[in-house]
Amino acid sequence: MKLTRDRWTAVLMLLPSVVLIGVFVYGFIGQTAWTSFSDWGRVSSQALAVDPEIELVGWQNYRDLFTGFIDVRFRQDLVNTFFFTIFFLAGCLGLGLGLAFLLDQDVKGEGFFRTLFLFPMSLSFVVTGTVWRWMLQPRGGVNVLPTTIGLPAWEFRWLTDRTQVWRFDWNALPGMTGVLVAVVLAGVALASWRDGRRRRAGVALASAALIGAWALTLGRSVALLPYPELHGFNLAFIGIILAAVWQMSGYTMALYLAGLRGIPSELREAARVDGANEVQLYRHVVLPLLQPITLSAMIILGHISLKIFDLIFAMAGADNATTDVPALLMYLTAFRANQFSKGAAIAMVLLVMVAAVIVPYLWTSLRGETRR
Amino acid sequence: MIAWRRHRWVIYLLLGLASAVFLLPVYLVAVTSLKAPAAINLANTWSLPEAWHWQSFADAWTVFAPKLANSFTLTIAATVASALMGSMNGYVLSKWRFPGANVVFPLMLFGMFIPYQAILIPLFEFLRSIGLYGGLTGLIMAHVVYGLPITTLIFRNYYAEIPDEMLEAGKIDGAGFFGLYGRIVFPLSLPGFVVVIIWQFTQIWNEFLFAVTLTSQENQPITVALAQLAGGEAVRWNLPMAGAILAALPTLLVYVLLGRYFVKGLLAGSVKG
Repeated sequence: MKLTRDRWTAVLMLLPSVVLIGVFVYGFIGQTAWTSFSDWGRVSSQALAVDPEIELVGWQNYRDLFTGFIDVRFRQDLVNTFFFTIFFLAGCLGLGLGLAFLLDQDVKGEGFFRTLFLFPMSLSFVVTGTVWRWMLQPRGGVNVLPTTIGLPAWEFRWLTDRTQVWRFDWNALPGMTGVLVAVVLAGVALASWRDGRRRRAGVALASAALIGAWALTLGRSVALLPYPELHGFNLAFIGIILAAVWQMSGYTMALYLAGLRGIPSELREAARVDGANEVQLYRHVVLPLLQPITLSAMIILGHISLKIFDLIFAMAGADNATTDVPALLMYLTAFRANQFSKGAAIAMVLLVMVAAVIVPYLWTSLRGETRR
Repeated sequence: MIAWRRHRWVIYLLLGLASAVFLLPVYLVAVTSLKAPAAINLANTWSLPEAWHWQSFADAWTVFAPKLANSFTLTIAATVASALMGSMNGYVLSKWRFPGANVVFPLMLFGMFIPYQAILIPLFEFLRSIGLYGGLTGLIMAHVVYGLPITTLIFRNYYAEIPDEMLEAGKIDGAGFFGLYGRIVFPLSLPGFVVVIIWQFTQIWNEFLFAVTLTSQENQPITVALAQLAGGEAVRWNLPMAGAILAALPTLLVYVLLGRYFVKGLLAGSVKG
C-alpha cells in the first residue's frame, strides 16, 4: 500500500508545474486566441480602459492581416521571415558541417578551435546585434576593411539598404503554394514508387496532379487583393543573416561533430578497405549517417528563425521596416500601438507556424523513445 | 588518401581563415571600446587605439552597474527556482511513471518551443492585475515558469540513467518518495544541476523579449539597457562596445570555464538528449 501512496505523492509533487504550465502556456494561448477574434484595441479609446468594451469580430483581424490594405507590412514580414529562414538555415548547416569536417581530421588544437567557433552561442543576441550594428555601418566597419590593405572600400549600405529583389505579386501566392505542394507530392510519389509502395505512390501522384491542375488553372485567378502587391527579398537582411550565422553555426558544428564522433571507426575502415577514397567515404558513408542530425538541426534552427526578435531589435531597431519580421511587428502592434487584438492575431499566426515545425518533431522523437 | 594527407596545410589554412572571421567582431569590439570618443571615426575603424582609453569601461560601469545588479538578481533567483522544480519533475517523470505521463510530458515540453509572443498579452495583463508588472518579481516568475520545460527535460533524461535497481534497493530499506530522492537521487544530481544551472543562467541572462515588455526603466536587465543605449542616435560607440563586453562577460566566463557542460545543455535542447 505504501507504494501507491508514494505514487500519489509523486503526482502531487508534479502537479504545481503541470498547473503552472497549463495556465501560463495553454490557458494564455487560449486567451490570446480569444483576443485575436476580438476588437480589443481596434477602437483606441478602449485599448487601455480599465474595463474595456470588447466585442468578438470573428476572423476579421486575420482577414485584415492577409488581405487588408493597411497591413501590407505584415505580408512583407512573412516574406522576410521566409527568406531569412532559408538563408540562415543554409548558412548554419553549410558552415557548421564544413567546420565539423575540418575538425574531424585529427587536427592539433581541436579543443581551441571548437571553443572559438562555439563561443558566440554563449552571447546574448542583443550583444551580437550591438556589435554587428557597428560592424555594418555603411561608411565604416566591414565596408572599410578592404582599405586596410589598400583596396577600395565597399559601398553596400547593409541594414539601411532599400533594394528588394525576387519580387512577386502577393495574389500569385495561392497558385505558387499549389505548385510547390504539387512538386513535393510528386517527389513523395516517386520515392514511394522506388520503395515499391505502389498504392501510396498512386495516391500521392493523383493528389499532385489534382493540386497542380488547380494551381495552374483556377489557382491563378484567386485574387487575395483587388490590386497587385509586390513583395520580395530585402537585401537589408543580408547583414542580419551574417550576424545570425556567425552566432549559431557553432551549434550545428557541435551537433555534426557529435554525430561524426558517433560513427564507428570500423565502418570507415571497412569503406576504405573496399577502396573508397576520402571523398567517396564522406559522400556515401558519412553524409547519409548525418542526415537525422541535419533534420533535427533544421527544426531547431528553423523555429529559432521564425521567432527571431532580439537580434533584429538590437541590430536595426524595432522600427526599421525593411528588416521587420512578424515577431517584431507583434511587439510594435500590441505594446507600442496598443492594438491588442491585431497583435494577438499576429502572435497566433506565429504560433501556428512554429507548431507546424515543432509538433511533428516532438511527436516522432518521443514516440521513438518509448519504442526503444 | 595519400594526397589528402600531404595537403594537411589546407585544413589548417581553412581553420585559420574561419577563426579570423569568427574573431573579427571581437577585435572590433575590443579596439573600439578602448578608444576615446573623439578618436573614433568610421574611416579608422580597424586601427588600434593610439592611447588606451580605459575610461570607457568606467563610464559603462556607471551606466550599467544597476542593470547588471538587476540581471544578477533575476538570473540567480529564476535559475535556482527552475532548477529545483525541474529536478523534482524529472525525478517524478523518470522514476514514478503514472498513467497519462506520456501525454503530460510532451505537453509540458511544447512550452519551451512556443513563440512567447503568443502568451505575452495575457501575461502582461496578468502581471498588471496582480501588481507585479514592471518589477523584477514578475519577470523572475515568468522565467521560472517558462524555464520548467527545459529543466524538466534535462533532469528527466539525466535521472533515466540512474538504474531502477538502486531505487528498488532503497525501497526495500523502507525509503519512501522523499527518502529515495533525498538519499539516492539528489546526491547523484550534481552534474545534472551543473548542466541545468549553466543553461538557465545563460538563457535568462541573455533573454530580451520578456525583459523589454515586462520591466520598467529602473528594473531593466542589462540586455534591455544595452539595446537602448546602442539604439539611440549619434551614440559614442566606445560606450556601447564597453557595455557589450560587460554584458557578455558573465556568460562568456561560464562558457570558457565550464564549456563541456554548456555543450551538454545545448545538445539536450534538441530533445533526444
